[in-house]
Amino acid sequence: MRRLFATALLAVAPGFVLAQGVDQHLGRNLAAICANCHGTDGRSVGGMSSLAGMPRQQIVDRMREFRDGKRPATIMHQLAKGYTEQQVEAVATFFAAQKP
Amino acid sequence: MTNTFSRRSFLHAAGAGAAGLALAGCAPTNEIRKPLGRVIVVGGGYGGATAARYLRRWSGGAVQVFLIDREPTFVSCPISNLVIGGSRSMDYITRSRAKLRDEGIQVIQDTVTGIDRDKRAVKLTKIQDLPYDRLVMSPGIDFMFDQIPGLNNADAQKQILHAWRAGPDTLALRKQLESMPDGGVFVIAIPRAPYRCPPGPYERICQVAHYFKTAKPRSKVIVLDANEDVVSKAALFKAAWNNLYKGIIEYRNNAEAKDVSVSDRTVVTDFDKVKGDVLNVIPPMRAADIARTAGLITANNRWCGVDWQTTRSVADPNIHVLGDATLSAALMPKSGHMANQQAKVAAAAIINSLSGLPTNPDPVMNNTCYSFVSDSEVVHVASVHRWDHEKKALLTVPGSGGVSAQASRLEADFALSWAQNIWTDMLG
Repeated sequence: MRRLFATALLAVAPGFVLAQGVDQHLGRNLAAICANCHGTDGRSVGGMSSLAGMPRQQIVDRMREFRDGKRPATIMHQLAKGYTEQQVEAVATFFAAQKP
Repeated sequence: MTNTFSRRSFLHAAGAGAAGLALAGCAPTNEIRKPLGRVIVVGGGYGGATAARYLRRWSGGAVQVFLIDREPTFVSCPISNLVIGGSRSMDYITRSRAKLRDEGIQVIQDTVTGIDRDKRAVKLTKIQDLPYDRLVMSPGIDFMFDQIPGLNNADAQKQILHAWRAGPDTLALRKQLESMPDGGVFVIAIPRAPYRCPPGPYERICQVAHYFKTAKPRSKVIVLDANEDVVSKAALFKAAWNNLYKGIIEYRNNAEAKDVSVSDRTVVTDFDKVKGDVLNVIPPMRAADIARTAGLITANNRWCGVDWQTTRSVADPNIHVLGDATLSAALMPKSGHMANQQAKVAAAAIINSLSGLPTNPDPVMNNTCYSFVSDSEVVHVASVHRWDHEKKALLTVPGSGGVSAQASRLEADFALSWAQNIWTDMLG
């Protein structure tokens, strides 16, 4: 139930207000493509790190470090180069709002 | 484990009694909680099960979802090569679809016999026609046995396996390898690309070679590849064959299997007849028969054309097609991971469409594909794909993606974690 409440808050969070031509679920949709490895809504059931509840700025910083080759990685340095700053911020906002 | 427990207990609570009511009680917005319509999903694999689950979750229960599959349980193709190699069991790759029921999805085990596109209804064998507002087709592939005449009958197919659809044949191929005496020859024939899971045959070669090296060291693997070169992760696979399995694997390129002889245990190419103790002939493939029956095959008489901005069929705006059955976008592999990604684009597009909202114009997908080169070392290939408005196509993002620097045990951990997470993502 608490998880749903978090989702409810998200829906009215400022970043998610429906703007002209912008899908209000952009963050949700983009975050969903991380689920294959990091779990549904960022709650990992395997050894991969969970992203749910991770502070927004931490996710943004890590993605930048992966992209710029400043954080050792096996695969994230290759994936991080595929997203724009805006997309990373939308994903980070979504995960930060999820119950860990 | 804490995460798993809390998630499951939540689902359990929501599933007990009226899941719909429990969800509606927490509904933050009215617009999305109104009944939006019915979506039928055909095929409960990586594409279909993911689509069903995300349609239900993202609509807050407002979309009525039916998921139809002819098999009672899900058996994963990814990781199934490890069953053939002997390091994992069938249990490990077999998952129930029961939790999808707890989430309010109507899971039906039946065979779809046809799609009435005019009436928008799915025809089944056990129950009456099921009408839909939107249809998601994720039927997978069928095999073009007619391209290999000797294999074009049921008896031959029982003896010469492809094991390219995980299930009883996966175990049957394992048993054939176990029964083979040391000093025997395993012949694998790879079809011309595109086919399901580009690196899959090469991972299988590694798995069989690993088994031979540890249990039957005098045995050999002969690879008859219809392609000019190894289709995926070529340098990494070749390094594994050289470093780990020297003298075990004989690779022949441009060697397409044109026929087989069951009695002689031979595979026939244009130039050669290759005899083996265990034959593993993977025929060319196309979108599953039901896609053809439904008139959704639009490319080369093999694949279903879709608009990758939405995954909508180019033949019918009320139908979305996912997974291996589709005509892939440029550099998009036919993989389970990709089907899962496509399913999320489909779910978002369908919910928006049923809600009267515009479709997200900028879908993004990624692909991550891990291959085991032994029982404990793994290599990957990764890519990111986004919609290009100018070219009106889903294209890889320049500079992104790549392959492993080398095989590693660390990536084996990641590969198994990937499996746990994606299976949970699609099946709950």
